[in-house]
Amino acid sequence: MELWELSAYELSARIRSGELRAKDLVASVLRRIREVEPLVHAYISLDEEGALRKAEEVDARVARGEEVGVLAGVPVAVKDNICIKGMRTTCASKILENFVSPYDATVVEKLKAADAVFLGKTNLDEFAMGSSTENSYFGPTRNPHDPERVPGGSSGGSAAALAAGEAVLALGSDTGGSIRQPASFCGVVGLKPTYGRVSRYGLVAFASSLDQIGPMAKNVKDTALLLNVISGYDPRDSTSAPVEVPDFTKALDEGIEGIRIGLPREYFAEGLEDEVREKVLEAVDILKGEGAEVVEVSLPHTKYAIATYYIVAPAEASSNLARYDGVKYGFRAEGRDLYEMYCNTRSQGFGEEVKRRIMLGTYTLSAGYYEAYYLKALKVRTLIKQDFEEAFETCDLLATPTSPTVAFRLGEKVADPLTMYLSDVYTVSVNLAGLPGISVPCGSSDGLPVGLQLIGRPFDEETLLRVAHVVERSLKGRSEP
Amino acid sequence: MEYEAVIGLEVHVQLLTESKMFCGCSAKFGAEPNTQACPVCLGFPGVLPVLNKRAVEFAIRMALAVEGEIQPFCVFARKSYFYPDLPKGYQISQYELPLCLGGYIEIETDGGKKRVGITRIHLEEDAGKLVHEEAYVEAGTSLFDGNRCGVPLLEIVSEPDIRSPKEAHDYLVRLRQLVMYLGICDGNMEEGSIRCDANVSVRPKGSKELGTKTEVKNMNSFRNVQRALEAEISRQIKILEAGGKIEQETLLWDPEREVVEPMRSKEFAHDYRYFPDPDLVPLYIEKEWIEKVRSELPELPWRRKERFVAELGLPEYDSEVLTSEREIADYFEDVVAFGVPPKAASNWVMGEVLRVLKEEHIGMEAFRERIGPDRLAGLIKLVQAGTISGSIAKKVFEEMRTDPSSPKEIVEKKGLAQISDEAELSRIVEEVLSEHPQEVERYRAGKVQLLGFFVGQVMKKTRGKANPKLVNQLIRDKLG
Repeated sequence: MELWELSAYELSARIRSGELRAKDLVASVLRRIREVEPLVHAYISLDEEGALRKAEEVDARVARGEEVGVLAGVPVAVKDNICIKGMRTTCASKILENFVSPYDATVVEKLKAADAVFLGKTNLDEFAMGSSTENSYFGPTRNPHDPERVPGGSSGGSAAALAAGEAVLALGSDTGGSIRQPASFCGVVGLKPTYGRVSRYGLVAFASSLDQIGPMAKNVKDTALLLNVISGYDPRDSTSAPVEVPDFTKALDEGIEGIRIGLPREYFAEGLEDEVREKVLEAVDILKGEGAEVVEVSLPHTKYAIATYYIVAPAEASSNLARYDGVKYGFRAEGRDLYEMYCNTRSQGFGEEVKRRIMLGTYTLSAGYYEAYYLKALKVRTLIKQDFEEAFETCDLLATPTSPTVAFRLGEKVADPLTMYLSDVYTVSVNLAGLPGISVPCGSSDGLPVGLQLIGRPFDEETLLRVAHVVERSLKGRSEP
Repeated sequence: MEYEAVIGLEVHVQLLTESKMFCGCSAKFGAEPNTQACPVCLGFPGVLPVLNKRAVEFAIRMALAVEGEIQPFCVFARKSYFYPDLPKGYQISQYELPLCLGGYIEIETDGGKKRVGITRIHLEEDAGKLVHEEAYVEAGTSLFDGNRCGVPLLEIVSEPDIRSPKEAHDYLVRLRQLVMYLGICDGNMEEGSIRCDANVSVRPKGSKELGTKTEVKNMNSFRNVQRALEAEISRQIKILEAGGKIEQETLLWDPEREVVEPMRSKEFAHDYRYFPDPDLVPLYIEKEWIEKVRSELPELPWRRKERFVAELGLPEYDSEVLTSEREIADYFEDVVAFGVPPKAASNWVMGEVLRVLKEEHIGMEAFRERIGPDRLAGLIKLVQAGTISGSIAKKVFEEMRTDPSSPKEIVEKKGLAQISDEAELSRIVEEVLSEHPQEVERYRAGKVQLLGFFVGQVMKKTRGKANPKLVNQLIRDKLG
């Protein structure tokens, strides 16, 4: 077995004990990247030198018998909308093509304190707007399971990097499913934490009230390990929650006897591929076999989720992206006067999907439309949240498909934004309600991975991880080649 | 027809917090361009605002001082527009749910006291500054200074209760006095610490209906406010008298040419697209916090003025002047605390002390370092005790401006003590009388006004040190 195939918890333990050199691990992953990257294109930027330097530093400290962090020497891929000081943060946009961040995101500081190694920045849909990683100024990422297919999005680069062995751990961000859907398409684990669990400071905002950074990994335990490191209250983020952070790895093996799992009726209705339904229900059966109780529940406002999301998210985005005006940093187009410079910069600097959402959001926030669209959407958002609250009175978590389909073909949905938006039909409600959600592989359909989504109560990521762990363990025995 | 003006003012007060509204950068005025700016106030990708509690506390102080209603919770909203001095493309302000509603500021008018209502008070961040006309800026280019980005502002919106430019002026004077008393603003209009926009309309006197209003901007001094309003009111009246209609528009005051001119329409045709800032949580202001701030409020200027009249027996006028600034009133009270009669202390502070502040363009704090209240009190006491005369005291005061010794030491050093020795004065009086036989004759012939002449001569000989009362008496005795 190659080093890059191993899990983070195993690798970090071996590095910290001095049994394995971080430098060898990083070199192994870098070799793997050189091998598959031309096909996959998971990364926008790579920092081989910086990664090796950090690995050597870790090795030297281990050799001197010094204390090192829990992720010592473990190579992590970071989605390119999360700031690392001194590195480019492009958001896969022309408008930030040459933007070098002067500061570290809070999660990056935490990873540095844990002695993780940064390999580079991964590809995404421009400003995290999309479900296929095709909306990238730097070109699409391909699904390692089938290069003709998309890896999902917007954290498609991080998901593909993990699936192809180009990283041991990865950070994604999830505004409407952007961690869970690509995790599902690429057959890896991705967790969107409760809103407020992980600091957003240093995550380039798409929709501030929905965005959340989360861990992505090749297995559940690694996901828990990474969540341990990045979680916690941050005084620099007013929306971060002052709640205690448990050791998420501890709960993994506690078993699920007596846990009540709800199956929301609306998530198994029209539009769901049969194969996906089958795999998800098989996973639910496994959980039943492990002692879980399964109940049917209803989330009646689910049908409004996509519409609500596509009012709220673009409204916030139109405001968050106003700062890219060519004045202070990033791309600037010429113009005869200020107004023309603004127009040219933003017309040329943003891609089609981003412009579409800026226009949507500008419209819905405009005088005369605000009440009809934005305020109405906020009210429906409250109803969606209440659906979940009611459901959690009869169950401890919900089990659903992560996405209605397996990975689709490149170009298949580019021309039809609405169909693309429906790819997130099972994930957006979780963001609207601020809840934690995880996608864990639950088999495959024609060689393409299927993801099971688990949705939990606020700040109950432990239950999600524990249940996901059971699914993972049970499926290991009968995993396909 | 006689017209009356209806005016409402929107005043922006720059708060004297150490740091900016949403980041840790210094909020101090006057630093080198872009030395007080960070990724947060410059709106870099990925940053988040964190509310400065001190700014909220300052807003609470103001709300309490005008007896406004502090809202149990308020919300920060984004006000969107594109301009190069606005790094995020939106300003964080408050819109639907401001921090304070209601309240008033009282002004004096010919018809007595008048309350100008406050509509609302809210917090917002300032924008940066564009530099166009400096030696180091190339022609045709503009440079950006981010030092002011995110400096906290308090916006105080008045009701349309103001009826004349004079009232607008007086309202601003009161407001400035208040924010300075509260220690929340330095009151420096030239540096932009207080900025004022006005909504103006006119209507036939006695009418209840409101006319179409215009907004006047760019009035950067009290004098400008008054002049700009005068200009705008007469412009509106002229239009109406000619049978025209007032256009609702935004006008800029040009202080050089003393005219108001319309802004180009593109510059104000904004839809600000306000919506609650999702990066900030609603602000809940608890009663305990309000009560704590209330307990720490200084005595407000008008209360202090009333007290000076009622308890210290000062005339209205003295009380008004002394309480115009908190530091002046503090200094005055400190002098009184050393056992000086209030009226004597008032005369000195209003006269000599304020003259020095004006002459030297210094503030009370700087003056206090040179002549502390203890030394001024000492000087006044020397007059009270008859050691020196009032005019000598003014000389001693002049010495004290540069000499840190006590007034008593200066009197001794300079030999300025009053001569009250009857024998010595008697001798000098006789000397003077013998030197001016003609005047003596005329005095005796009934020209009693010459008494002053003789006193003056004695003062000249004694270099002002003679006890004037005694001299008067001696001359009268000898000539009588």
